[in-house]
Amino acid sequence: MSRIDELFAQTRGEGRGALIGYLPAGYPTVAESKELLAATVDAGADLVEVGFPYSDPVMDGPTIQAAADTALRNGFRLKDLFEVVESVANRGGRAVVMTYWNPVFHYGVDAFARDLAAAGGLGLITPDLTPDEGSEWLAASDTHGLDRIFLVAPSSSDERIALTTAAASGFVYATAVMGVTGARDTVGGAAQGLVNRTRVHTDLPVGVGLGVRSGDQAAEVSAFADGVIVGSALVAKAVDGTDAVAALTKELAEGVRRPQA
Amino acid sequence: MTDTAPQSSQSPHSSRHDPDARGHFGDYGGRFLPEALMGALDELAAEYDKAQQDPEFTAEFQRLLSGYAGRPSLLSEAPRFAEHAGGARILLKREDLNHTGSHKINNVLGQALLTKRMGKKRVIAETGAGQHGVATATACALLDLECVVYMGEVDTERQALNVARMRLLGAEVVPVATGSRTLKDAINEALRDWVTNVDTTHYLLGTAAGAHPFPVMVRNFHQIIGEEAREQVLAQTGRLPDAVAACVGGGSNAIGIFHGFLDDTDVRLVGLEPGGKGLDSGEHGATLTQGTPGTLHGALSYLLQDEDGQTIEAYSISAGLDYPGVGPEHSYLKDAGRAEYRAVTDDEAMDAFQLLSKTEGIIPAIESAHALAGALRLGRELGPDGLILVSLSGRGDKDVDTAARYFNLVEGV
Repeated sequence: MSRIDELFAQTRGEGRGALIGYLPAGYPTVAESKELLAATVDAGADLVEVGFPYSDPVMDGPTIQAAADTALRNGFRLKDLFEVVESVANRGGRAVVMTYWNPVFHYGVDAFARDLAAAGGLGLITPDLTPDEGSEWLAASDTHGLDRIFLVAPSSSDERIALTTAAASGFVYATAVMGVTGARDTVGGAAQGLVNRTRVHTDLPVGVGLGVRSGDQAAEVSAFADGVIVGSALVAKAVDGTDAVAALTKELAEGVRRPQA
Repeated sequence: MTDTAPQSSQSPHSSRHDPDARGHFGDYGGRFLPEALMGALDELAAEYDKAQQDPEFTAEFQRLLSGYAGRPSLLSEAPRFAEHAGGARILLKREDLNHTGSHKINNVLGQALLTKRMGKKRVIAETGAGQHGVATATACALLDLECVVYMGEVDTERQALNVARMRLLGAEVVPVATGSRTLKDAINEALRDWVTNVDTTHYLLGTAAGAHPFPVMVRNFHQIIGEEAREQVLAQTGRLPDAVAACVGGGSNAIGIFHGFLDDTDVRLVGLEPGGKGLDSGEHGATLTQGTPGTLHGALSYLLQDEDGQTIEAYSISAGLDYPGVGPEHSYLKDAGRAEYRAVTDDEAMDAFQLLSKTEGIIPAIESAHALAGALRLGRELGPDGLILVSLSGRGDKDVDTAARYFNLVEGV
C-alpha cells in the first residue's frame, strides 16, 4: 500500500475528501516556494502537487502560465524540483509532482523516477502523457515505487477511462470541465458525471480538479469525489504571501470536512 | 493497452511509409497531448480514414485543388538563376502560383472538407508568417466555417499585411502575447482553445507535425506536390532529379515533395533549415541539425531544448520557419539516412531571395529562399550535370517589407 493509498483510506474512513493543493516549484523563487508549500502542508493540505515550471504549458490557464514564466525568469532549474519535493517531505507532507512530459523524457524517465523517489516524492501527475505512450513510465514507476496519476476528462470515452484507470495508481485525476486550469465560479456539472463514470471502472480514489477556489466548492466536490484539487486559486494567493495561502488552505480544509447535507 | 486508432491500410494514399496505427514513424510521432483531446484525435483519425476511402470526398478534394487552388502548379526551369549554381539545371515547383500564394492551400482544403464531414462549424488555426492563416481563412470563407487564427504578436507585427488579409476574409485574428510571442506560442494558445471547445471546433493544424493523425494526414494532403513534380520533371527532362530541395520549418512542403521521390533511392532529399544568424550564434531554428529528441505540441521529434528539457526559442528572419520543433517523419527520415538536413543562414537566404527576383522575375517567400540557397550549394557540389528540383513553396509578396528593410530599398524604412 502506497502512502497515497493510506491517505485515501484514512480520508474515506473519515467520510471526507482529501485536500490536494498545487503550487509550482520555484515560484516566485525556490526558497519562497518551499515556504508556500510548507504553509499549505501546515494549514491542512493532505497532499501537495509540486508543479514543474515549463516553457510550454498547454493545459494551463493564465495564472499558472504566468507563475511558470516568473519561476523560469528567476532561474528555476530542474534540480531545484527535487529539493522542493524534499522540503515538503521533511515538513511531514506528502508530495507528488505535476509535470509536462518533455522534462522527464529529457532527464531520462528512469533517472527522474529514481531521483523523485529519493527526494521523498510519491508519484507523478502527467497532463500530456496518457498510458498510450507511457510504457517507459509504467516500468520506472514500478521500479521506484511511485504512483502514476493519469487524467480523465469529460470527453473521455468509457473505453478510454477503462484504459486509463487500469494503468493508474494512487488516484485518478478527473478534470471537471473541458478547458485549461483556472479558478472558476462554478465547478462544471460534468464533474460528478465523470466521477461516476470513472467509478464504474475502478476502485481507485477519484480527485476532481480545474476550477475549485472556495471552501463552498470544496464542500460541494467533496460530497461526490475522494479528492478536491486546488491549483490556480492557491497560486493566485501566493503573491500575497504565506499567510494568504495558509488562510485559503484552511478554508478549503474546512470545506472538505463540512458535514454533507 | 489497446490500439484505438484505425489502420489506414486500405486508403489509396497509404504506403509502406505510413506510421503505425498509433502514429509512430519509427521512434518518433505518437500522441503526447492531454487526455481531453484523445477523443477528438480518435474521431479525426477515423473520419480521415473513412474520407480517404470515400470517392465523393476524394473527388471533391480534387475538384477544389484543380478548380479553386489552381493545380497542377507549374514546373519552371530557372536557367539564369542556375548560372550561379555551378551550371546545374534547376527546376522550380511553383507552389507560389497556387491560390493564396503557397502550398498551404492543399492541406487546408482537405482539412476544411473534413471539418464539414465531422459536422463541426468552427475552425481554429495557428500561423507564423501568415501563409497558413490566410489559407485557412480562405478555405473557411469558401466553405462557410467560422475561423479563428492565433498568431504570435511578434509575427502580427512582421506580417501586418497578412493580418489584414485574414480579417478581410472574415477570420478573427488573435495576437498571442505569451512566451516568445511567435509560432510556438500561437500553437500553445490554439491547443488551449481546442481543449476548451473541442466539441464544436476542429484544430486545422498547418504543418505535418503535432499528434497523430496530423503528421500523416497533412503529409498526404501535400503529397500531390511531389506526385506532380515527379511526372513534370520526367516529362521535361526525361530523367529524375539528382536532388530535391525544400525548406523545413515544421516541414509540410518538404514532406509533400519528398514523398514523390521516397522510393527513388538515387534521388537525394535535402531539407534546408533556418540557420538564422549562424549556428554558433544560438539564434536559429535548425531543429534537425542542432536539436535532440523531445516532445512538443503532441509528438516526439527533434526539438531545440536546453539541458532541462525547456523549449529554446527559435529565430529566423523568416516568420514561417522559426519553430523549435519539426514534423516527426522528418526525424525518422533523418535517422534512417533517407533525407539530409542542412542549415541556411538569413544572409544566404536573402542573397538567394534577391538572386531569384533579379534573374527569373520571381519573388520567392523567404521560407522558400532557404531552399533556393540550398540548391545553389547543391548545384556547385553536383556540377554541370546536376539536376535539382526546388520546392518554391510560396511567393514573397508578404516579405516585401522585410526585404525592403534588409536591403535598404526604401528611404526612411
